[in-house]
Amino acid sequence: MDHSSYTDEYLTNILEEVKTIAVVGASDNPSRPSNFVMRYMKRKGYRILPVNPGKAGQEFLGETFYASLSDIDVPVDMVDCFRNSEAVASIVPEAVAINAKVLWMQLGVFNETAAETAESAGLKVVMNRCPKIEFGRLSGEIAYMGGRSKIISSKRNKLLGKR
Amino acid sequence: MTDPKFETLAVHAGAAPDPTTGARVTPIYQTASYVFDDADHAAELFNLQAFGNIYSRLTNPTNAVLEERVATLEGGATALAVASGHAAQMIAFHTLMEPGDEFLASTRLYGGSITQFSQSFKKFNWNAIFVDPADPNNFKEALTPKCKAIFIESLANPGGVVTDIAAIAEIAHEAGIPLIVDNTLASPYLCRPIEWGADIVLHSATKFLGGHGNSVGGIIVDSGKFDWSASDKFPTLSEPNPSYHGMKFHETFGELAFGIACRALGLRDLGPALSPFNAFMIITGIETLALRMKAHCENALKVADFLQNHEKVSWVSYAGLKDDAYHSLAQKYTGGAGGAVMTFGIKGGYDAGIKMVENVNLFSHLANIGDTRSLIIHPASTTHRQLNEEQQIAAGAGPDVIRLSIGIENADDIIADLDQALMQS
Ligand SMILES: Cc1ncc(COP(=O)(O)O)c(C=O)c1O
Repeated sequence: MDHSSYTDEYLTNILEEVKTIAVVGASDNPSRPSNFVMRYMKRKGYRILPVNPGKAGQEFLGETFYASLSDIDVPVDMVDCFRNSEAVASIVPEAVAINAKVLWMQLGVFNETAAETAESAGLKVVMNRCPKIEFGRLSGEIAYMGGRSKIISSKRNKLLGKR
Repeated sequence: MTDPKFETLAVHAGAAPDPTTGARVTPIYQTASYVFDDADHAAELFNLQAFGNIYSRLTNPTNAVLEERVATLEGGATALAVASGHAAQMIAFHTLMEPGDEFLASTRLYGGSITQFSQSFKKFNWNAIFVDPADPNNFKEALTPKCKAIFIESLANPGGVVTDIAAIAEIAHEAGIPLIVDNTLASPYLCRPIEWGADIVLHSATKFLGGHGNSVGGIIVDSGKFDWSASDKFPTLSEPNPSYHGMKFHETFGELAFGIACRALGLRDLGPALSPFNAFMIITGIETLALRMKAHCENALKVADFLQNHEKVSWVSYAGLKDDAYHSLAQKYTGGAGGAVMTFGIKGGYDAGIKMVENVNLFSHLANIGDTRSLIIHPASTTHRQLNEEQQIAAGAGPDVIRLSIGIENADDIIADLDQALMQS
């Protein structure tokens, strides 16, 4: 599929179906973007599973850092990649092996080949996006900070179910 | 809905019904502060890790509707509403400038902006270099290594001048700096500077956005396109921020970075927050922006035609006139429209100008533009009186200049009032 843009429906479906998110390249440094995303998504009701071999076994946000995706002992719905674009290639086989349903690459992360591999294994793929920003946008919350929800509607704003 | 048009966006953008009450019109959230869910939630909000409301100096849900409305109409990624147009300028520069930095500013600006830049900004050691925008190359020649932005008005106050946005945007981008456009006089109905390469668009929302002369406000729109990390020129956006535990705004917020930094640093610390009541008034005004701008422009063109042929008038500066020097630029940037504001020269100079503003009955003699009412002022004795005569002439506000902001009354009545006042002056 074309990854230059996504419909709101495609992203909403992902954010509504997913319950657990493994974050590869997770940092426990509170000033890093991955830390912002994990805290936000956790508050929205997702279970966050941080992956970082350098931190394996340490406690974080009520969870434990895992060394790799295959070490995670609960079903993982989505793999969120905070790694450089090339590193995503090595994440895909693991994401497929653990039956993840979504491969998400963060803002600035692009890998078309990895996306194709993941898609042919049945995963949905998002690249160069941030789930925090997309959740904030689709729920309308991002407008509190001056961002655009892009919602034009005469219906009550259906905040995404997870709050 | 696929691609709603301008008029639809002006009514709806940002303003879905209130999720809790179903209120159809945007409620005025008249509250100073907001409860936290728990201590962690409070910490996440203060750290900018969550999107939400803390305190109305920073965010307010009514203001948020105004912000999304204007960001949408301008085609930007983010907007920040503040207490006035001048506050918008101060906060935009606060995000871009360090002490000792410089920026280029057009000489064709609202007189108050020239004073803000040349007097008050000096106290922050931000140094404006003024450039005649008639030839865009003048900006190229004036650039210095310390320049952090170029500032112009699209349609310039006090009137008649159209600035070549695309040409100046190219010069700014070659120098690795953003172009800031004050789009107050054109409004996004006539011109959307981001489509021509501008990076940041500012408004005095007091004027055509609000449109009824009843509320002071300002707004900063960011295109989200400028790469703040491409150089070391913009440390506020690209470097770790000590007041947010070393977080880097551009890395963390991507295209939202400038808007969030203006809010979370400039507005947080300098403090010029917009009251939600004023935001409500401006939101309501914007719903009729297209109708009003059409009426302003039609009336103004009739007035300019009338003045051109009047015995007491020596010249008219209005880019909507086909033979005006700026009409070809107007065709490019505003579809040929000249907006509501124009200047003309009155025979008899300074003294005749003063008589004229005292002799009107329908026009209001006051310092504002962009009202439903027709307004008149003699800039040399009022808005531009802080400038010396040379600066006044450079700003298009010499001693014989009268500025009009044409309202949406009936054109015949407007013209009749001008005629009688001119004949007495
Ligand atoms: C073009 C322009 N920019 C900025 C301003 C300043 O806006 P405010 O009066 O809302 O501070 C004005 C006000 O007259 C203006 O006309």
